[in-house]
Amino acid sequence: MNRDKINKLLNKIPTHLLIILMMAIWIVPTFGLLITSLRPTQAVNESGWWTVLAPPKGQREFTQNCASCHGDDGAALAGANLTDPELIRRFPRSLQLLASLNEEINGQPHMQATPVPDAQTAANIADYLKRISGINVQPRFTLNNYIDSLVGYRGTSTYRADCAAGTQPPEIKCNASDLLNPRGMGKAFINSLIVTIPATFLPILFAAFAGYAFAWLDFKGRFLLFAILVGLQVVPLQMTLVPISRLYAQLGLNGTFLGVWLFHTGFGMPYAIYLMRNFLGSLPRDLFESAYLDGASHWTAFRQLVIPLAMPAIASLGIFQFLWVWNDLLVALVFLGGTNPVMTYQISNMVTSLGSGWQVLTASAFLSMLLPMIVFFGLQRYFVRGMLAGAVKG
Amino acid sequence: MAASTVPNIMKQGKLAPWLYLLPALLIMTIFIVFPMINTISLSFSNKDGTASAATTCVEGKPCWGVFENYRYALTSEFDTTSASAFWYSFWKSSYGNTLKWIMLMVSGTVGLGLGFAVLADRVKYEALAKAIIFMPMAVSFVGAGIIWKFVYDYGTQQVQIGLLNAIVTSLGGAPIAYLTVPQLNTVALIVVGVWLWTGFCMTILSAALKSIPDEVLEAARVDGAREWTVFWKIMVPIIMPTIIVVVTTMVINVLKLFDIVYVMTGGNFGTDVIANRMYTEMYVNFNIGHGTAVAVILVLAIIPFIYMNIKRFMAQEAMR
Repeated sequence: MNRDKINKLLNKIPTHLLIILMMAIWIVPTFGLLITSLRPTQAVNESGWWTVLAPPKGQREFTQNCASCHGDDGAALAGANLTDPELIRRFPRSLQLLASLNEEINGQPHMQATPVPDAQTAANIADYLKRISGINVQPRFTLNNYIDSLVGYRGTSTYRADCAAGTQPPEIKCNASDLLNPRGMGKAFINSLIVTIPATFLPILFAAFAGYAFAWLDFKGRFLLFAILVGLQVVPLQMTLVPISRLYAQLGLNGTFLGVWLFHTGFGMPYAIYLMRNFLGSLPRDLFESAYLDGASHWTAFRQLVIPLAMPAIASLGIFQFLWVWNDLLVALVFLGGTNPVMTYQISNMVTSLGSGWQVLTASAFLSMLLPMIVFFGLQRYFVRGMLAGAVKG
Repeated sequence: MAASTVPNIMKQGKLAPWLYLLPALLIMTIFIVFPMINTISLSFSNKDGTASAATTCVEGKPCWGVFENYRYALTSEFDTTSASAFWYSFWKSSYGNTLKWIMLMVSGTVGLGLGFAVLADRVKYEALAKAIIFMPMAVSFVGAGIIWKFVYDYGTQQVQIGLLNAIVTSLGGAPIAYLTVPQLNTVALIVVGVWLWTGFCMTILSAALKSIPDEVLEAARVDGAREWTVFWKIMVPIIMPTIIVVVTTMVINVLKLFDIVYVMTGGNFGTDVIANRMYTEMYVNFNIGHGTAVAVILVLAIIPFIYMNIKRFMAQEAMR
């Protein structure tokens, strides 16, 4: 019995290993993005994100070579008598190094006769000394990247440092109005919300109407029309861009939110109707019959029966459409472009033309993922349900 | 069942259904049906869409008349001096790349998704494991592009801040510029696609696997079938219809895929795909005729899958 249990456990080890390996591969890239977005610029550029908890650059060299003559604060120990043979015996390496550094540290002269360590080691030690003596303080984690990203700061330092020194670029005001800087993610976040909310609500509303008609009303060509709809689900977006751009140019809708709302509504519709019709069609028939017998009209049945009952379907559809619109780049690129930039557009622009540093890019990417992640982890159940209903059960 | 039989108890005017359908049909007509027809007609026109495509023909050069845009779309990337040169140029063209995407991404997502669904079924932390694999579905293509661009980062200095090159150099290898080395870069982009979509395949295949009655699997195991045999001889055949649905869905997704390429390489260094090429022709070169011709070719490639989709729907309706 016991041996059986152990055998069973051993048999399962490869399974566990495979699963954990795959989980790691799936999570590590995103995790690296998050860590990087929280690190100061210099650290991002000179070491990998996985070294974030490693001792700061130069610390190892420092403890090896100088800790005995310098205190933890980096200041030379005033009392260290460099001629004391006992001290030299105890800390030989540190004295060698001190001797080799051809400069004064805190007014304490160092001897110059011994050979110099390689330049890299000396530089690392100098870095570390600067760090612990407070000349160049670098925290391990910082929110500066997120601030820079939100206000659209594109300078060489950070938004906070520049504003404190009064050397900010002209488009930066150093007050709350910076959050509306068109180059920043703050403004883009608001634009994304403005685009997404109506573009999620409208198709679901219209799809609920149409789904009800397809499921519970009788009319000529019902089946044919629905079959066409199934086909339309697959039409690629690319097919419609040019005619719609031209139409929008005539109507003055290019670069407006209304244009994007309508476009997403149109394109989300076939799938939304498909899902709604299948869900409503699976509701018990008696329900509608008794409602009709009680004298309800279609409109009453729709409002008081269909909408409340269809809530699970509406929820999953809502998540789908929300994520789809929020994450969309192509439609935003073509119809909104730079006039009302949304988050995806803003980031793709940072990658391709403006060439932001990794720290701002990663912070921006994480900001754009924040809301979808919350929606995803909060409402995963509905998300999966909607996907299954759309893709397999039919 | 219920959906095909409509209650006739309720008196219903002839107009009522159409009132319910009106907003949806109107919007779909304006945004899907009309543009499709318009795009097809534009693909036979010149750059501005003002005259026939034949007017842009250059004397002494090959021209297909009104099909000139299609000639451009289908041949401009190819070297036809010899058969081998043709295949070589085809393999590197946006068409060849799209083919690579379809082959690698579909097999990758479906294979990994199925494998993970089967394995995760046997452990206690199934829900967590699945949520992690599924998570990239919530991330935009743009976000995923940044995430992986960072993984692939190629440091010109000694320090590699990209995870992959850090691993390579720590093993003693030379760092690799994953996104600029031709052929390799397409594979690197496909990896991103697989990372994004495996969760989708996994979820659907997992649901199908769970619907297999336990008795069937138990019976086989009692008869002494090994897990491997159970998987290939029982599970896979039973869920075959679902696998086919997932594969067609993925092929359609891959054909339309644009964002990953746009964000990560912009279609440079030999990574172009059909959907990105269409965007470039339309909105970078402002060649409407060329761009719409590429779009129509894209649809022609998708039509077999539209057909399959409708056929599957008909079969399902018949079973109701």
